[in-house]
Amino acid sequence: MKKLSARRRHPLAALVVLLLALAVTGGLYAALAPAPKAQADDSAQSLAIEQGKKLYSVGCASCHGTSGQGSSDGPSLVGVGSAAVDFQVGTGRMPAQQPGAQIPKKKVIYDQAEIDQLAAYIASLGPGPAVPTKDQYSPTGADAGKGGELFRTNCAQCHNFVGKGGALTNGKYAPTLQGVAPKHIYEAMLTGPQSMPSFPDSTMPQDTKADIIAYLKEVDSSTSKNPGGLSLGSIGPVSEGLVAWVFGLGLLLGIATWIAARTTKAKKS
Amino acid sequence: MSETGSHNDVPEQNLPSEHGAHGGDVAVPDDPFANPGHPPHEFRRQDIDERAAKHSERVTAGLFGLSMLGTIAFIACFVIFPVDKIVFIFPFGNVSALNFSLGLTLAVALIGIGAGAVHWARTLMSDEEFSDDRHSAGADDALRENVEQQWIQGAKESGFGRRKLIRNTMFGALTLVPLAGVVILRDLGPLPEDKLRHTLWSKGKVLINQNTNKPLRPEDVVVGSLTFAMPEGLEESQEDFQEQIAKAALMIIRIKPEDIKDKRERDWAHQGIVAFSKICTHVGCPISLYEQQTHHVLCPCHQSTFDLADGARVIFGPAGHALPQLRISVNDEGNLVALGDFEEPVGPAFWERG
Repeated sequence: MKKLSARRRHPLAALVVLLLALAVTGGLYAALAPAPKAQADDSAQSLAIEQGKKLYSVGCASCHGTSGQGSSDGPSLVGVGSAAVDFQVGTGRMPAQQPGAQIPKKKVIYDQAEIDQLAAYIASLGPGPAVPTKDQYSPTGADAGKGGELFRTNCAQCHNFVGKGGALTNGKYAPTLQGVAPKHIYEAMLTGPQSMPSFPDSTMPQDTKADIIAYLKEVDSSTSKNPGGLSLGSIGPVSEGLVAWVFGLGLLLGIATWIAARTTKAKKS
Repeated sequence: MSETGSHNDVPEQNLPSEHGAHGGDVAVPDDPFANPGHPPHEFRRQDIDERAAKHSERVTAGLFGLSMLGTIAFIACFVIFPVDKIVFIFPFGNVSALNFSLGLTLAVALIGIGAGAVHWARTLMSDEEFSDDRHSAGADDALRENVEQQWIQGAKESGFGRRKLIRNTMFGALTLVPLAGVVILRDLGPLPEDKLRHTLWSKGKVLINQNTNKPLRPEDVVVGSLTFAMPEGLEESQEDFQEQIAKAALMIIRIKPEDIKDKRERDWAHQGIVAFSKICTHVGCPISLYEQQTHHVLCPCHQSTFDLADGARVIFGPAGHALPQLRISVNDEGNLVALGDFEEPVGPAFWERG
């Protein structure tokens, strides 16, 4: 100690102290810095979660709670999985504009990268269904005929036989499936958003979901076949009856009136 | 007050008595309701101009000819177009060529006949109006007498009154023959006996997932999901498949046991997995518009709503009974099984249901 004390005025003492201080600071930093950042292999994932948490705090926390635990204004998001986030935010349903019987589809306000970050954060809260990959939801190679059968068994009761949608109770409704991206249809079946029940892979396997998507693509495109002629909205006897009674009968009455209104006499009075 | 009011309502010249009172400078006709007769007949161009009549004839014949072409085209289209050919026709979209052409040609064939008949009647058939007084519908006395004599003579010659055996057997035959018509009404039966009270479900029958045709396992059914099940052994190829599935179809959902309000429902469920009949108790529509947040299920036909968390009680609409619940459990292989048939008849109520 005496030796050290004696040399404290040595010209190089300041340099030694400086080096020591640097080494201590560096060592402390290495020991105390957040562990995930030190793991190089999944730094992209943790960065996404970090970014997602920031987005969540701004856009979602007021209803779903600061850590996704839910509140009186919104359900818990623990365990809903990234598929639910990708569906709800990717179709513009979330963030909700106002409470109501049902949260409608609207303009999407986050870009896909932000949605992925939000999804990564929510997925980190608890295990849940993940966003499907393209070969899971792609209708290519799927059986549209079988999909039609499955659609009529499981979906048509609410969504109409070609996916036009329909009314439910107390202002709720089954939205139209026309123009909905295959990924979002798949995610809706997987997670059961809002009033819709879910159709998990355990009871409706992946390939049958793709069959259903293939059926919807078959009935919802510019080349969809409509052997009977005008579909009149494909909503069944209501629109068909309306057209028959109003336009069909109206046309006949008009023709009858036209025939009787014109005189056949040579001298027009 | 009311007197002046009524005076103001009716224009004065329409009140004949008042005219009389005012001196009556307008003569009242003897019979104000005399038949004015027909207006003088006006001729059509076709009545006075033979060239116009010929033209009308050609138009009418042309319309009938168009109808013939329409029928021939109909037959040709029926032969030419295959049933599955789809063509794009604005503004109808991608329609069946066969349907479209058959409709179009049949319309031409029928409209041709109708338009031809109307044109013919209006331009060429007589359009002169005249009145034809009614006459008595009865026959004159001489004819009546004649017919009466013939009837009496016929009865005498046939021996109808004298030969009682013939008369009575004829009455017997005429009385019996309608029984043939009555007895075939038996084919409307037989009565359904207890078919309305029983379904294919029985103790130990495995619940088959209708999507996969595989047995349902409790771990497959998550809270908030909806699955449809049918009894094992029922195949779509079976002749009575529709008849059986119409009674046996099941909705399988899972509710957290603490959310089930009805004690019997909780007891009959397996770890919150409940199985309800898919057939509405109003008029038997398939009912599965399930809202997983409220556990309400809505019938699309008449909006009957059932609360699946409370014994499928009717909470809205015309249905008179709760949806029947099937008692379920798991077997040794871990598959969901029925513990018996439904306790009450599924589907709409009937007279003897009780």
